[in-house]
Amino acid sequence: MKNAFQRWLDGDIDLMANISDAAREHDHARADIKERDKKIAREIDSRRETVLMIAREREGLKMVYDVIAVICCVLVILVFMYIIAQLPLYGAENVRATTVAERYIEHGLEETGAINIVSGMILDYRAFDTLGESHVLFTALICVMILLRVDSKNQRKGFEDYYATMRETYFASEKDTILRTIGIFLVPCIFVYGIYVLLNGQNSPGGGFSGGAIMGAAMIIFTSAFGFDRVDRFFTLKLQTYVTFVALSFYSFAKGYVFFTGANGLENHIPKGTPGAILSGGLILPLDVAVGLVVACTMFGFYSLFRRGQIGGSLGRINS
Amino acid sequence: MDFICNFPLFTIVLSLFSGVLCTMLKGRTAKYYTLLYEAALIAMLAAVLVYTSVNGDFTYVMGEFPAPWGNEIRAGVLEALMAMCFMIIMMCSILAGWKFLVIDIDETKINLYFVLINLMTAALMAMIWTNDIFTGYVFLEILTLTSCGILIVREIGRTTLAAVRYMCLNLLGSGLFLLGVVLLYDITGHLLMVPMHATIAEIFYSDAAMKPVTLALGVLTIGLSIKSGLFPFNFWMPDTYGWATPTSAAVLSALVSKAYIFLLFKIYYRVVGPQIFETLPIRKIIFILGIMSMIFGSISAMRKKSINRMVAFSSAAQIGYIYMGIGIGGTLGYAAAMFQILAHAFTKSLLFLTTPRLAEVSGDSLLFKNLQGSGLRRKDAGLYFLVGALSMVGIPIFAGFSAKLFFALAAADSDNLRILFLTMTALAISSVLNAMYFIRTLIRIYSSGRGGADISAPQQFAHMHNLESDVPDSRERVETMAGHLEYWIPMLILVAANLILGLNSSAVADLIQRGLMMFD
Repeated sequence: MKNAFQRWLDGDIDLMANISDAAREHDHARADIKERDKKIAREIDSRRETVLMIAREREGLKMVYDVIAVICCVLVILVFMYIIAQLPLYGAENVRATTVAERYIEHGLEETGAINIVSGMILDYRAFDTLGESHVLFTALICVMILLRVDSKNQRKGFEDYYATMRETYFASEKDTILRTIGIFLVPCIFVYGIYVLLNGQNSPGGGFSGGAIMGAAMIIFTSAFGFDRVDRFFTLKLQTYVTFVALSFYSFAKGYVFFTGANGLENHIPKGTPGAILSGGLILPLDVAVGLVVACTMFGFYSLFRRGQIGGSLGRINS
Repeated sequence: MDFICNFPLFTIVLSLFSGVLCTMLKGRTAKYYTLLYEAALIAMLAAVLVYTSVNGDFTYVMGEFPAPWGNEIRAGVLEALMAMCFMIIMMCSILAGWKFLVIDIDETKINLYFVLINLMTAALMAMIWTNDIFTGYVFLEILTLTSCGILIVREIGRTTLAAVRYMCLNLLGSGLFLLGVVLLYDITGHLLMVPMHATIAEIFYSDAAMKPVTLALGVLTIGLSIKSGLFPFNFWMPDTYGWATPTSAAVLSALVSKAYIFLLFKIYYRVVGPQIFETLPIRKIIFILGIMSMIFGSISAMRKKSINRMVAFSSAAQIGYIYMGIGIGGTLGYAAAMFQILAHAFTKSLLFLTTPRLAEVSGDSLLFKNLQGSGLRRKDAGLYFLVGALSMVGIPIFAGFSAKLFFALAAADSDNLRILFLTMTALAISSVLNAMYFIRTLIRIYSSGRGGADISAPQQFAHMHNLESDVPDSRERVETMAGHLEYWIPMLILVAANLILGLNSSAVADLIQRGLMMFD
C-alpha cells in the first residue's frame, strides 16, 4: 500500500474530498456540521483496530521516506560544500570576476550621481531588473487579493455571527490602553524614520524597499492600536489602487524613457544634481519614492487582507 | 538605429503598464483593453520578425550603460517568432475561454485576472528577449506568481490545493535557478550572457572551473525542469492543468512551461555554447529523461479517467519530446526542439479550450464515461478536438507530424548510433501510445448514445447529500451568434496555425534555423 504522501504526489488522493467545492456546504447550520463531525468521529472510533493498523503501516513507510530525504539532503549539501570549496576565496585577487564590480565602485558616483553605490547599481546600472522586482511585489498583492478578498465565492455564509463576535472580542484593540499609548508615541517616529530612509536612498543605506517596509510597519502598528475604523477614513481600496497605479506607471514610463533615450543615443535631460544633496542621483529619488509607496501599500494590503479579507472600508471594488 | 529596434522594449513596458492599468478597469473593459493591446503587441512583434529576418539580429541597451555594466535585451528571428506565436495563443485563449472565465471567476475579480494575464505577458516577453540571466530570474519570479494566481482564481477547493502544490514546486525550482545563477556569477563575474559565455569558453577546461560550472548548470537544469514538468517532476501537472479555468489551462500548458524551456535553452546555447554543452553529461541526462517523460507521461495519460487529466499528462509526454530534441544536439536537434515548442503550444491550447465545451453538453462532467457522444452533440468543439488529437498523434498535414519528422531527421543526422536507435524507438513507442489514448477518446466522443450521467455532477452531488439543487441542468446555454464567433474565430486561428506548421513546416524550420545561427 502506497503512502498517503506518495498518493498525494500522484494526484490519486484528494485531500479536499471532504471539503465541498461549492460554497453551498457552508450554508448548513453549524449545528449540522458539528453533528456530522461527531458521527464521523464515532465511526472512526468504532474501527479503532483498522485505524491503528493503517497508522502503524504509514509510520513504517514514513520512516523510509524520512531516511531517503535526509540522505538526499546530506548528499546535496556535501556536493555543494565540495564545489564551493573550489571557488576562489572571498576577497582574493580574482581579476576576471571583478571587472564589473570595480567599475561600479570606481565610477559609480560620477556616472549615477549617487553616493550609495547599491542604489546606483539597482536603480541605474541594472534598473531593468529592479523594474521587474517592483512588479513582483505588486503581483504578490494581486494574488493575495484574489485569494483572500471576500467575494460571492469564498465568503463563509452562516459564519457571519462568528466573525462579528471575533471582531468584537478578539480584535477589539481600541480598549487596549498600553497599545494605544505606545502607538501614539511610536507611530509618528516610525513614519518619520521611514520617510528619512526613503528619501536618503541615494546618499546612505536605504531606499525604496526598506523605507517602504518601515512605513508599512508603521501603518500596521497604527491599525492594531486604533482599529480599522480610523484607517478606513483615509486608506481606502480606491486610494490604494490609485497610489499603486500612479507609482508603478510612473516607474515604467520614467525608466522606459531612460531606456529609450539611452539605447537611441539621445540625451535624457535628467539632471544628476550635486552628490550628497537630497535632490541628487537623477531618477533615483523619484523612483525610490515610487517603490516605497508600492511597498508600503503592499505590506498594509497583506495585513488588511489577511485580517479581514478586504482593503479599505467597503466590500465593493473600486469601480462599482 | 531604426525605430523598430525599440519594439521589444515597448512590448515589455507596455505589458507592465497594462497590468497595472487593469486594476482600475472593470472586468469587461479590462478584457477589451487587453485584447486591443495584445493585437498591437502582435503587430509590433510581426514587424520585429520581418525586420530581423531582413536585417539580422540586434542588441538593445537598457539605459545608458553598455554591455557588461547595464542590462541588455536582444532580438533575433527565433525570439521574435516565439514571442509572436505566444501572443497569438494568449489572445486566442482569452477569447475562446471567455465564456468560462465569466462562470469560473467572481465578477469583482475578473479585472484582477487580466492584471495577472498582462503581467504574465510582460514576463514572457522579458524572458524571451533577455540577454541577461538575472533579468531572466526576476521575470521568472513574476511568471511563477502569475501562474499560481491564474490557477487559484477559480476559487474552488481543488484549484487551491493544486495551486499550493504548484507553488511549492515552482518556488523550489526558482530557488535552484537562483543558486545556479549565483554560482555562475561567482565563477565568471558577469550576468550578461555574452561576456559570461566568453569567460566560460575561456576557462571551462581549467580544473578550477569545470566542476563548478557543471554543478551550476545542473542546478539550473533541475530548477527549470521542475517548473516545466520533465519526467520525475511532472506529478503536479494533472491537477494544475485539469482544474484550472480553460484559459488558464491553455496558457499554463502552452506558454508558461515553454517559456521556462526557452530560457533554459538560451542558457545552454548562449551562455555555455553548443560546443561545450554537447560534451557535458547534462545533455545525456536530459536526453534520457526526455525519453522517459515521453513514455511514462503517455502511460499515465492512458490510465486517467477524466479527459482533462489525460490531456494534461499528454503535455508531460510532449515536453519530453522537447527535452529529447535538446539532448540530441546539433543544429537540427535544437531546431526540432524549437519547432516542437511551437507545435505543442498551438495544439495543446486547442485541446484545453475544447474539452470544457465537450463537458458542457455532458452534464458538466469531464469523465470519459459521461463524454460519450459529446462530439456529436457539440459538433464544432468535437471537430477542433479531432484536429488537436490528430496533431498530437502525429498524422501528416498537422503540426505534430512535422515535429516528429524533424526529430527523426535530427537523430539520423547525428553520428551517434545509440542516439539514433534510442530516438527512433522512443518516437515509435510514444506515437503508438499517443494514438492509443487519443483515438480511444475520439471513438468515445464520436460514438452515439448518451454516457452514464443524465444529470450534472453538481446535481449528483446534490442528490447524494439530499440537498435542494439550485444548480441548473448544465452550463450549456443558448449562444448568440456573437458568442459562437468569439469561440470559432480564435479556434480557427489555432487550427490554421496547426495546418501552417504541418504543411509549410520547411519554411518555419528555415526561420528557426536562421534564428539559431544568429544566436552565436
